[in-house]
Amino acid sequence: MRYNNRLGAKGWVIGGNYSIERYLYILHRVSGLALIFYLMCHLILTSFRIAGAPTWEAAMAFVSGPFFKVGEFLVMCAGVYHAINGLRLIIIELGYCIGKPERQEYPYTPSIKKQRPLMYLLMLVVAALVAVSVVDFFIM
Amino acid sequence: MERKTIVFKIQRYAPNQDKEPYFKSYEVPVEQGMTILECLWYIKENLDSTISFRSSCRMGICGSCAMFIQGRPRLACETQTLELKSSTIEIKPLPNYDIIKDLVVDQRNLFRNHKKVKPYIISEKATSNPTKEYIQSVAQLEQYLQFNYCLKCGCCLAACPTMATDTNFLGPQALAQAFRYNTDSRDRAGNARFQIVDTFEGIWRCHMAGACSDACPKGVDPAMAIQLLKRHSIFGSRKEYSDYAGPLPKNRRPDIPDAPAPTVKGARTNGRGNGKGKKGRR
Ligand code: HEM
Ligand code: SF4
Ligand code: SF4
Ligand code: FES
Repeated sequence: MRYNNRLGAKGWVIGGNYSIERYLYILHRVSGLALIFYLMCHLILTSFRIAGAPTWEAAMAFVSGPFFKVGEFLVMCAGVYHAINGLRLIIIELGYCIGKPERQEYPYTPSIKKQRPLMYLLMLVVAALVAVSVVDFFIM
Repeated sequence: MERKTIVFKIQRYAPNQDKEPYFKSYEVPVEQGMTILECLWYIKENLDSTISFRSSCRMGICGSCAMFIQGRPRLACETQTLELKSSTIEIKPLPNYDIIKDLVVDQRNLFRNHKKVKPYIISEKATSNPTKEYIQSVAQLEQYLQFNYCLKCGCCLAACPTMATDTNFLGPQALAQAFRYNTDSRDRAGNARFQIVDTFEGIWRCHMAGACSDACPKGVDPAMAIQLLKRHSIFGSRKEYSDYAGPLPKNRRPDIPDAPAPTVKGARTNGRGNGKGKKGRR
């Protein structure tokens, strides 16, 4: 009897002892799913407009608390991260910024290390945009 | 010399005996220079002969000894125990494979997928009895050389998050080999291989998490191979093909000296020696 040792969804989430891109991968998946979830909530909420002004006012009042404000901020973060990291994935999955095949000497420099400057640059862009939205959401 | 007693926490599982894998600890006196594989042999020879693991070459060539050491897939024979800088070391079998016993996993899935991508040179020009060599430049060689060093150890499949859930995914090892043969200037079966890898079970299941390249003990970089396959799938590849060498010039260049006489009497030469050797039987 063999023992099935496939990690399952745990294998997506637990980044293990690997590089940071392994964590960006799961964050991309979670943010993508979060955006779909938001989109569905958003469609349901805005559809209350059909039922007339009073229902719409009530629906708007329901989502006006601090809980939903933080929620919207998280959606903003997810959107910013997903879009910018998605840009990185498009670039590197098309074979740009990952270097060329070459003879390897230990310690190896695989593609994932070669794309790292791009990754840092784009993560700085994410941080800057999140900082702007902190100001926009909570300070101004 | 540095000496240290290190506790090895090793995952055990005996088929038809244990329901679930469990951990067993062993104390090993480790000297500087001892690899994880040597420690496992110490345990098997001195502490517990029932423990099972695979190894053969003990020099990072055969790919038998891949296991999950301190949270990463590594070759046991290429991992210096003291360099892990820990007084307890946890060893598990590679994840994403079925466990046969203890640290021995079933790698049939890896080899099946490896075979699926036609990992050999296919060329309508090739015959089973070639009379000339191919001409391949250093630049053409370096297009695929890096991927040629794959041991089929399976570390990359253990690291890959897609492999954790998708039983049909071809996996980084096989996909890297598809790229290796597709970029070989002698090979002409790129389209046939694309039929197999340019699919949802192939390159498009890879999300470029890069863990495979991070884990590969040979610097093969399967993630790069897969992204370049995606690129070739979308933009096409501008591949150079190499042909058989032309006929040798009749008159040898004067600056090339004669080959020395064969040192073994009666050794086969192909008739191109200095004429003193026997003509090769063909
Ligand atoms: C500028 C906008 C966006 C860009 C550049 C972008 C880019 C990407 C890319 C490149 C992938 C594939 C990643 C991979 O190879 O694994 C992806 C996956 C995904 N995206 Fe987006 N995306 C954007 C907007 C959105 C939006 C608005 C949603 C939700 C409504 C969304 C939901 C998802 C989901 C669920 C996945 C699958 C994640 C996975 O398989 O891990 N994306 N996105
Ligand atoms: S690509 Fe690297 S990790 Fe994967 S099987 Fe080959 S040598 Fe092992
Ligand atoms: S880069 Fe692709 S094949 Fe390699 S570990 Fe990530 S998902 Fe798997
Ligand atoms: S024993 Fe051959 S690679 Fe480790």
